[in-house]
Amino acid sequence: MPEIDTGDTAWILASAVLVMFMTPGLALFYGGLVRSKNVVGTIMQSFFALGLVSVVFMMLGYTLAFGSDIAQVVGGFDFSFLSGVGAEPSDLAPTIPHSAYMVFQLMFAVITPALITGAVAERMKFKGWIIFLTLWSLLVYSPVAHWVWGGGWLGADGVGALDFAGGTVVHMNAGIAALACVLYLGKRRGYPQDAMRPHNVPMVVIGASILWFGWFGFNAGSALAANGLAGSAFVATHLGAAAAMLGWLIPEWMQHKAPTAIGAATGAVAGLVAITPAAGYVEPWAAVIIGFAGGLICYIAVSLKGRLKYDDSLDVVGVHFVGGLVGALLTGVFATTAINEAGADGLLYGNPGQLGKQAIAAVGTTVYSLIATFVILFITDKLVGGLRVSEDEELSGLDLSQHSETAYTAEGGGTSIHA
Amino acid sequence: MRMVSAIIKPFKLEEVKEALRVVGVQGMTVSETRGFGRQRGHTEVYRGSEYQVDFVPKVRVDVICDDDQVNQVVDAIMTAARTGKIGDGKIFVLPVEQIHRIRTGEMGPDAL
Repeated sequence: MPEIDTGDTAWILASAVLVMFMTPGLALFYGGLVRSKNVVGTIMQSFFALGLVSVVFMMLGYTLAFGSDIAQVVGGFDFSFLSGVGAEPSDLAPTIPHSAYMVFQLMFAVITPALITGAVAERMKFKGWIIFLTLWSLLVYSPVAHWVWGGGWLGADGVGALDFAGGTVVHMNAGIAALACVLYLGKRRGYPQDAMRPHNVPMVVIGASILWFGWFGFNAGSALAANGLAGSAFVATHLGAAAAMLGWLIPEWMQHKAPTAIGAATGAVAGLVAITPAAGYVEPWAAVIIGFAGGLICYIAVSLKGRLKYDDSLDVVGVHFVGGLVGALLTGVFATTAINEAGADGLLYGNPGQLGKQAIAAVGTTVYSLIATFVILFITDKLVGGLRVSEDEELSGLDLSQHSETAYTAEGGGTSIHA
Repeated sequence: MRMVSAIIKPFKLEEVKEALRVVGVQGMTVSETRGFGRQRGHTEVYRGSEYQVDFVPKVRVDVICDDDQVNQVVDAIMTAARTGKIGDGKIFVLPVEQIHRIRTGEMGPDAL
């Protein structure tokens, strides 16, 4: 009979709170990057995921990811509607209540599809987003989470790829789904000839700061215990973000003669993405290298977007897919069992095979997520009669056309209509 | 009566307000606005893309005064708002047909 550890339980519950706060943080990060007529719509796409995905995850999402394994592909239905998920620990995390493990995972399930909103920004129907969010959460997020963490073919029982906190499951998965959305939806009207400048730089920096804050729960909480590994992952997480800020700002300053605040914020997020799969397997000095590489390579990727002429509005592909890929591969280089006995040694520690395993996980996630997302977009498109808002709605903005609200209202100038 | 409408650099507002007070102006209306003249715009950088921004932030100060006070008001603004660099702004003088004070209904110069 496994025994509950109160310290572990307290830390995982606190970590769940930290990860919960990342979704509103992301909403502000993205909200600041769009034009002022779309800030409410953009915030709502992320914030709404807290409502919808939480319920979907309770009903079926959790069990498809963590229910008893079916052919290393998906979880069975034994935990449907959280049946049997209570105070007793499970094999997934033997020292904390199963309910605590579930709610920690729920927060990951919420933020992952919310990341995709940056790719559909300023042009997607809210009705379409609801359907996409439901289908994607159940058909893409849950299976991929199962593959890596739920006993599926990529994790310890299969290929043996290392993904500490979701570099493939969360970031590469959402990042490549974002690419499918960009290709399916097409450009915003007026892109790229019109200047579509971020409307609120301080909002972007506040959002990135909340993400950084929450990421300690995301990564250090993924130790699933209040122990030395959690401390190690915490340090790696912070150093990854810090070094990535530098990795972005240095080339930006050299190329554009300006170190921008949005660049610092985006670089930090790119570093958090890159360190996510590695956080519980690498030394602090390796975290600095991984973070710096994440910031630098994501800067290059985002800069190349203009030449590729596709409208990944808020750079989900350039930051989350590319950053996730950098992290997944570098985990295979820098991982060491000196940090985590349950992990593996990487290329640098005499095990070049680990890099291959990381590549298999990256390719497997990418191919499945890309194809499945296209199918879900096609189905959603047919169900709601077009994924994009009308031309008039796009020009007047999502705030008014989708939500009957405006973000910044002047005093007066209206009368109330009573029902 | 005349309306003196000045487009100035935003950081010059306090000096202009003080100079107008000195020449006896008792009220003014200020608005944040944007525009360009010969100064044109500037370049902004967001995530590796550079944007040419033509409209520069400016402040517009509107003052109503008697005809014989116009030169004093214009001189006060001109002196206070000038830096000598491009982009100092413009001053327009327009005729005013009528003035009403909403609270009392007074009209003309009495309403100032």
